[in-house]
Amino acid sequence: MQTEFSKGINIIKDLCVQFNTIHIDPLERKWIAISLMIVGLFVGIITIDALFHGINPPSKVETIDSASLHLSQEFAEDNLGVQVDDKGAVIIRMVAGRYSFFPKHVDVPAETPLTFRWVSMDVLHGVHIPMTNMSTMIVPGYVAEISTTFPKPGEYPLLCNEYCGLGHNHMWSNISVIAKEDWHAPVKSHVKGEQQ
Amino acid sequence: MNDAAEKKLALSHFWVAFAAFILACFMGEYQVLERSGFIPALESAPVYFASVSTHGVLMAFVLTTFFIMGFGYMVAAASLKQPVWNKPLAWIGFWVALVGVVLAAIPLLTGKASVLYTFYPPIVAHAAFYIGATLLVVGSWVWCVIMLMTFNQWKKANPGQTVPLAMFATAANAMLWLWASAGVALEVLFQLVPFSLGWISTIDPGLARTLFAWTLHPIVYFWLIPAYTAFYVFVPKQAGGYLFSDEMARIAFIVLAVFALPIGFHHLYMDPEQAQGWKLLHGIGTFVVALPTLVTGFTVIASLEIAGRLRGGKGLFGWILSLPWDNTMVLAVILSLLMLIFGGFGGIVNASYAMNAMIHNTAWVPGHFHLIFGGTTIIMYFAIAYYLWPILAGKPLFSKPMALTQLWLWFIGMVILTTPWHILGLLGQPRRISSVVYNNLLTLAWKPYELAMIFGGLVLLGSACLFIYNLVKTQLNPVSEDFAETIEFAEQYHAPASMPDYLNSLGLWNKVIAVLMAISFGFPILQFFFMKTFGSSAWGY
Ligand code: HEM
Ligand SMILES: [Cu+2]
Ligand SMILES: [Cu+2]
Repeated sequence: MQTEFSKGINIIKDLCVQFNTIHIDPLERKWIAISLMIVGLFVGIITIDALFHGINPPSKVETIDSASLHLSQEFAEDNLGVQVDDKGAVIIRMVAGRYSFFPKHVDVPAETPLTFRWVSMDVLHGVHIPMTNMSTMIVPGYVAEISTTFPKPGEYPLLCNEYCGLGHNHMWSNISVIAKEDWHAPVKSHVKGEQQ
Repeated sequence: MNDAAEKKLALSHFWVAFAAFILACFMGEYQVLERSGFIPALESAPVYFASVSTHGVLMAFVLTTFFIMGFGYMVAAASLKQPVWNKPLAWIGFWVALVGVVLAAIPLLTGKASVLYTFYPPIVAHAAFYIGATLLVVGSWVWCVIMLMTFNQWKKANPGQTVPLAMFATAANAMLWLWASAGVALEVLFQLVPFSLGWISTIDPGLARTLFAWTLHPIVYFWLIPAYTAFYVFVPKQAGGYLFSDEMARIAFIVLAVFALPIGFHHLYMDPEQAQGWKLLHGIGTFVVALPTLVTGFTVIASLEIAGRLRGGKGLFGWILSLPWDNTMVLAVILSLLMLIFGGFGGIVNASYAMNAMIHNTAWVPGHFHLIFGGTTIIMYFAIAYYLWPILAGKPLFSKPMALTQLWLWFIGMVILTTPWHILGLLGQPRRISSVVYNNLLTLAWKPYELAMIFGGLVLLGSACLFIYNLVKTQLNPVSEDFAETIEFAEQYHAPASMPDYLNSLGLWNKVIAVLMAISFGFPILQFFFMKTFGSSAWGY
């Protein structure tokens, strides 16, 4: 153990000594320093964003049996679409299958944090609302969860953006983003106490 | 040294590479036409996706692999001045790879493998497609072994001497590719082949994507290293100057080979099957691997400046004008660097988490890689071909003005093709669509850009035809007795006094790679065996 360790130290020492024998032009040294700073800046930005501002891509690592979604509680047909949970969070459950997104149409509020939960019932798909960051891959066997907020009301298309078969380009639907004041939680929401 | 055998080997590989290339260029132009919908009679999704799958495989796997193999054999023989180790084996590698290409081409061209070059199960293709792809990779492994054996043989015969830079880079590429291809090899052998033959009924697409991502980043550097090699070992001499720094070149190649490997998850940023900590780790590595490219840019430009000043160029930028713009290698490197600068900005967008979400899988992505792969990299393949063809065939190049025109056209065509492609991505157009049928106002804005792409593709196709024509004509020239050009490697501006062993051998770096790969892929792959996952059954398309 001891010898292994000192062997390792020796290799590193040796590396440092040898490294210092190589000739680097002063101008090149400057350029390397600048390059390191540029790279450090970018790395710093994404790391700080990820760790402190919670800017992360969809990465939930949650599995689901794509072959029997209808038997699952969560993604059974009746539960798809927009719901407000008991904490007041707006959750949109969607199923992707060749060649559409189900349900075909949903209304969501603007300026409200939204959580999308996507699953595939067959092959690989992707979904993107152009010019927004609502984008995720939908990999069969996994739930893709992504949180976002739409600042502006309007009609947005949902496009499949991963090749899923010859009808890939026919795979799209719409989503309506409605001004916050005008939006009402769907009646079938499981909001305790509020249900009429 | 008589290197006729190596020349024949290299030339055979190059012909396969460029035959695949020209075929794929015609398909590329068909694709931009079909996609645009301007010619309704062309519209057919099955034909389109058979074409895109074939185009992608030919460009990304066949052109590159065969070119890199041929180039390696020539570099080894010329830089080490010794025969390539075990040439019969090299021919076996050639034929195994070629049989693989033919085997894969049959289902591709008959529409039985329209799964695109990225495979992405649970959609499955005919088994022959995967088996053919495997043979191509096995052929390339033969090349890797031969390169590393030749490298070691030379080191044994020349103890204490510095391995020529060209060979060092080539051996580093062989090491890189052995590591890189292991990911896709595991996917194909344990998942796709048994799946397509029906031996297993389900596979985990999450694991498949993880293994593919292992390969997908370093493969890009596998393609790029011959171009960088030319930057360092041919360009300075052709420009009339010296290589600025041999040691920095080695460091760049080592950092490329080491850091290209453990960072593939930037292709999985948007995937649900990997956790954010691993994505962040790979994301940081992705920026680190930009360093050798920044260093390469500096060294190449510094080498060009030395040349320009030696040729009498004055002032801050005057040296640029006094460069030999009528030298194919020099012109190519200038155009290549320009495309690298544009493409580099795009790459920063792709690599950055938050911005990636805006362009992930949009038309931006093919726009980006056509620019940096089809542009920066392939234009150097052209320049290398123009440089080597006369030497390999023993005849002067058929037409140098034609070659210069061809390089300019490739650059112009690439700009016209890829600028609108990037814009389409920002306008939300998804990649990999055969036509636009979204009933949405958004798509009206796409039309003019698609028209521009058709034109850009046409310029590129014309350029590609000129390239092939020039090579064929060169080959058909009568042999000239007094033609005795040989490969000339750049000399160094200040020759290093001594080369540290770490910059002269690969053993240590191989171990570093092993550690980094274990860290960055160990848990992310093992997790699939520990958590409860649900496989997918096979789907057609
Ligand atoms: C004649 C010039 C070319 C044209 C017009 C062209 C056009 C296209 C088009 C329209 C696609 C489909 C992209 C999509 O569906 O999103 C494509 C895919 C592809 N191209 Fe090209 N291309 C050309 C040259 C090249 C070159 C020189 C390379 C690289 C050496 C290349 C590599 C690829 C690859 C790897 C794909 C597959 C992408 C995928 O599966 O998503 N192409 N090309
Ligand atoms: Cu789809
Ligand atoms: Cu990559």
